Parts: sequence; C-alpha cells; structure tokens
Amino acid sequence: MRVDAPAKQAEQVLQGSSVVSAIKAAGVEYVLSVPDIVTSRGVLFPISEDPAFRLIRVCKEDECVGIASGLSYGHKRALILIQYTGMLYAMNAIRAVGVELKQPICMMVGLLGKEPDRAPRESGRYGVRIVEPLLDAMGIAHCLIESDADVGSIKPAIDECYAKSLPVAILIGRSPS
Amino acid sequence: MSLMKRDECFRVLARNITDEIVVATYSSAFEWLAIADRPLNHFSHGAMGLASSHGLGLALGLPQRRVIVLDGDGSLLMNLGSLATIAAVAPKNLIHFVCQNSSYEANGGHPLPNPELDFMGIARAAGIRNCNSFSEISGFEADIGSLLRSQGPVFAVLKIHEGHIENYDYRDLYKPERREALRKALAAGR
Repeated sequence: MRVDAPAKQAEQVLQGSSVVSAIKAAGVEYVLSVPDIVTSRGVLFPISEDPAFRLIRVCKEDECVGIASGLSYGHKRALILIQYTGMLYAMNAIRAVGVELKQPICMMVGLLGKEPDRAPRESGRYGVRIVEPLLDAMGIAHCLIESDADVGSIKPAIDECYAKSLPVAILIGRSPS
Repeated sequence: MSLMKRDECFRVLARNITDEIVVATYSSAFEWLAIADRPLNHFSHGAMGLASSHGLGLALGLPQRRVIVLDGDGSLLMNLGSLATIAAVAPKNLIHFVCQNSSYEANGGHPLPNPELDFMGIARAAGIRNCNSFSEISGFEADIGSLLRSQGPVFAVLKIHEGHIENYDYRDLYKPERREALRKALAAGR
C-alpha cells in the first residue's frame, strides 16, 4: 500500500529545509534517531539545532519504537529518523508494537545506496530492493521522497500515522541538500 | 547470597504506589498483573527488551506522572543501550527496576549468557547516578518509599529467585482493552 504522492517534476532536487519544514508542519515534537548518512546533513543536523524539536539520540533503532509508542500516550508526535539498515534491524519491534498493537510508529528512512535513476524495487542493492516489498508484506503504508515535488507527501503521511494509529514509512531516496 | 521472591517485592511496591504508570514485561508482567490489575498498567509487547524504552517514552510524554518499569535481566540485556539513552535524557519521573534471576524464565528457564552480571555497575557506567541493588526484602521494604520519591532516573536491581508462573496467557496480557483502559485513565486524570 502507498501513501499518495504528488506528481514528480523533472527537476530532481530535494532540499533539507523543505523536509524539515514538512516535519514541523505535521506537529512533530520529538525526533528519535540513529544517524543515517543519507539524512545526516540535510535533516538531522538542522533538527539538532532547531529548538522546535526535541532530539533523542538512541543507541539502536528498536529503542525508537518503544519510545514513540510511549510518547503517544501523552499525545506527543515523534518521528523516527533512521537508515533502512536500522529499520530492517528493528523489524520485530515494528511488527509487534506498530502493526500488531496498532501504535503510531512514524519512520523516515534513508535508502543508503539507492541509485538516483532507479526505483527502490529496481535497485542493484539487495538491501534497498527489499525495503518496499517488506513494508508491503507487513501492510505498512509508505511513500518515496526524492525531490521537492514529493515533499508534499510528508505531512499527510505523518497525519495518517497518528490518525489511524499505525506505522508509516517515509522513504528518502536521495540525500537532501 | 540471599535472594528475594519477585511477588514479595511486587506486593511491597503495590502498597507504596498510587497513580504511577507501571510498565512490566514477560514474567514480571504476569506476577505484577496477579497482584495489581489496574488501568495504569502498560504491558510491553512482543519485542523483548523494549520495556525500558516504552517507559522512557511514557515518562517523556507524561512528565507529570511517575513511570515505573518492571524489567527482566534477560530483557534488559537485549536493550542495554537504552540505559545510555535514559541517562542522557535523564527523565526525572522514571524508575527502572530490573528483576535479576539470571534466567530466561519465560522461555524455559535457560541461563543468561553470563549469569553473574553486575547490572547496577552497568547502569552506573552508562551514566545513571541513582543506582541501587536489593537482595533482602526487609531492605527493599525500608527503602522503597524514598526510592519512589527520588528524582529520576532511578535504577534498582531486585535480586530474586525464579518465579512459579503456571500460565503465560499472553492473549489476555496483551488484549487491546488494557491499552484502552490506560488511555482512558490518563484522559480522566486518574
């Protein structure tokens, strides 16, 4: 299943400031993160310096799942900012807490090594290639952000996560500037 | 070394709490539920080891509440990094108990890889300042009041025997009604 994405424009530029603004517009207060080189410069560093966010640096990605679930009882929105390798590591926590317990687990996931001219499913990298099929198999909604034209999908995805109290994955297909 | 019974510890704890949220996992969850079936319980589900992370999230999301985590030693070993995270975030309202019986009790009673671990030393090295260890019920009973009033994060090891849980009814433990009851109790300010 996919969250609807606006039509792509020819210009393939993704600005980190646009991504951060969309996260902020969605009412995210907490960002839970293990650093990801795809989103490090354009998203994580700006968030770390923005007083509108509370950044919690964790040691392993599954910690984020428990913390986000707990925060939801206080009506606090959290974004889990990680790399796809970390998402794969945390799959059991996502399965249990997000899918089976129906907790709002909102992930922004950097697709390290995804080629700019290929869809994730057609990537030459096995790890990238299996991300969307795995999310589909688990019934987790996802969208792909590769340019500024896609940024409009971020707030609806976060809103959907919390409205339905289910996991959502926002995949970042290129390093935001 | 003398050891305590987990249910004895939990009875002492139950007598000393009021409106705290209690996050409990696996064997600790079943014994706590038998003693204190209350709306303000949260049972950490599925991914073993996440009790401390659930507790941290609850403590941050509900800063006016005290949050008590009843963890297991096998569970905590799967999420040792959470101690570093908790130390860095330093929530004042989080109290983390670890029941140490050196056994994967809920999974057949097999021993931990290293049954002699010093969890209090690990927590202290991770940066948690208020660390405690109890192996006598009288000492635990004497200190529990001040422990619960201390500024968090608080970490305490409860050195216990294996319990005698006859029926691990996970379907009942994790039923959605319990999470709904917690949300309703929080919304009602209970």
